[in-house]
Amino acid sequence: MSEKTIERPTTDEAALAKEIEADEKAAARQASLLKDGWADLRKRPMFIVSGLVILLLLALAVAPGLFTARSPFSDGFCQLQNSMTPPTSGHLFGYDVQGCDIYTRTVYGARNSIIVGVVTTIATTLIGGLVGMLAGLIGGWIDALLSRVTEVFSALPLLVGGLLIMSIWGGGDVWSVSLIMAVLGWPQVFRIMRGEVISNKYNDYVAAARALGAGSGRIAFRHILPNTLAPVIVITTMNLGVYIAAEAALSYLGIGIQYPNISWGLMISDAQDRFLTSPHALLFPAGALSITVLAFIMLGDVVRDAFDPKMR
Amino acid sequence: MTIIDQTDAVPAPRDGESTGPLLDVRDLHVEFHTREGVVRAVNGVNYSVNSGETLAVLGESGSGKSVTAQAIMGILDMPPARIPQGEIRFHGRDMLAMSEEERRKIRGARIAMIFQDALSSLNPVLSVGFQLGEMFRVHQGMSRKDAKAKAVELMDRVKIPAAAARVNDYPHQFSGGMRQRIMIAMALALEPDLIIADEPTTALDVTVQAQVMDLLAELQREYRMGLILITHDLGVVADVADKIAVMYAGRIVETAPVHELYKRPAHPYTRGLLDSIPRLDQKGQELYAIKGLPPNLLKVPKGCAFNPRCDRAQDVCRTDVPPLVQVTERDGTALPGRASACHFWKETIHG
Repeated sequence: MSEKTIERPTTDEAALAKEIEADEKAAARQASLLKDGWADLRKRPMFIVSGLVILLLLALAVAPGLFTARSPFSDGFCQLQNSMTPPTSGHLFGYDVQGCDIYTRTVYGARNSIIVGVVTTIATTLIGGLVGMLAGLIGGWIDALLSRVTEVFSALPLLVGGLLIMSIWGGGDVWSVSLIMAVLGWPQVFRIMRGEVISNKYNDYVAAARALGAGSGRIAFRHILPNTLAPVIVITTMNLGVYIAAEAALSYLGIGIQYPNISWGLMISDAQDRFLTSPHALLFPAGALSITVLAFIMLGDVVRDAFDPKMR
Repeated sequence: MTIIDQTDAVPAPRDGESTGPLLDVRDLHVEFHTREGVVRAVNGVNYSVNSGETLAVLGESGSGKSVTAQAIMGILDMPPARIPQGEIRFHGRDMLAMSEEERRKIRGARIAMIFQDALSSLNPVLSVGFQLGEMFRVHQGMSRKDAKAKAVELMDRVKIPAAAARVNDYPHQFSGGMRQRIMIAMALALEPDLIIADEPTTALDVTVQAQVMDLLAELQREYRMGLILITHDLGVVADVADKIAVMYAGRIVETAPVHELYKRPAHPYTRGLLDSIPRLDQKGQELYAIKGLPPNLLKVPKGCAFNPRCDRAQDVCRTDVPPLVQVTERDGTALPGRASACHFWKETIHG
């Protein structure tokens, strides 16, 4: 038998040139997942529309004084003789049953809706993300335990849980409502995070990082976490709108934000009895709520389309 | 009076002959506890590698060659894996007895590994410069900026064109061969004493395979590293290896210096492997194939694991496990570095 049974091609300039060419072709493709998603996002009209609406809402929340000269908290803001006056010039949204200017209250209501949405989203993402990551990384009985605990929380319906927590802690401001929704909402993020971590931790690059001497903390935060972020970002964006709607629902039912705080849900609840005679008191806050929720859910939708590779 | 410094447990390897081999695997067993039973993936593997030497570990899928490598690296998932017995001596120290922290410091810095599929072994969301630089940041506490400069230097070393421009690119922006070069660069970063390459060229096309192997061999010579090359490609082995260990069903069935093995295999399995290489001078003839399938590791055949597929199998092969014995010439002179685990090695090697 000959010494070498297989002749392999020798390295030559032509082959290297070919490889470099193939490499350049690969480089010409789009950049990272995030950059890719962002480039895709900017081209979508739905993103631009929802983005503009959200920017406006943020401006309302940060500086309501820019949009109305009146303050709902000043003395004499509500004049009973104006009760249920329909829209007039200078008071475009009319007055409610207490004789308060609906436009001003709607503008100031944006802040609470946004705060509840953002705070709840941040809290659920942090709690659910952290606990989900722990469960996914450690696995075994800790994972089983955390998963069962999560199921207890997710088994509580929002209204029952809301009533329960309100009756224990009381409240009626944005923070207590955010707390209720965070406590009941984190299991959703937990499930996504845990699943993503588990599906990523057996990947070759994790073994490779370990083989090159990375410790477990570095592997968790530097290598696994960035790979789990895209689906978490998507669900987080969509949740913003959902939480704002849920706050309105809780407030409408009287277990959310309460007087003297302003909430669109509360305004809707107050106006419903006189809807047939003076619909404006209900339609304006309800319209503001609908537009806000729609904008966030639209944003969530386009973000998902742009970032979720399975949707392409 | 000579004072022998005993404190340095891990002696410097590259200057002169150190005591014993760089890596010495002794009687290593690895088993996996699964629902179906205990899978004995590695059943008493012995091999050693010296500085500057290349050991090729040859075997089919499921022969335990990768599991052995993962046991050496300490990246087996335990459980389900377990190492019931054996020693892995690196510079004379048993790594299986070390603490996890000690082993982590060895990984990457003293022993590094190159994986088969470079695309899945590089993190898709981190730039290659970041991942290369990580080696320096983790092991040497280098700053981000210095680490990036080092990363560019490394990319240059493995002949990636326009390294400085591409350091911030992501793995999917590179071609397969370039990606494997990045993996090699990562493994080389801290100039380890030993590199384990687990089928480094399997995922590449043939022209690129040759380049990557040449690069690996060149860098190995330059740094005088030990190299364990895990492969099932006999063509790759012939060019770069110094010695070969052939694995079958979790055991080493034959070891030999590379060209000896090609000339005169001393195990029927090795002979079968060599005969199943397509050859130009046998054009038109039917290509030989070893009949049957590799054994299920849940129930390895009694006696010699290869007996159901072996042409030479006798009754003794079905009852007794053949030990790995020294192979000699017809007249009894020992053949250095050669051993075979076959009851009929004499008949196999001397015809």
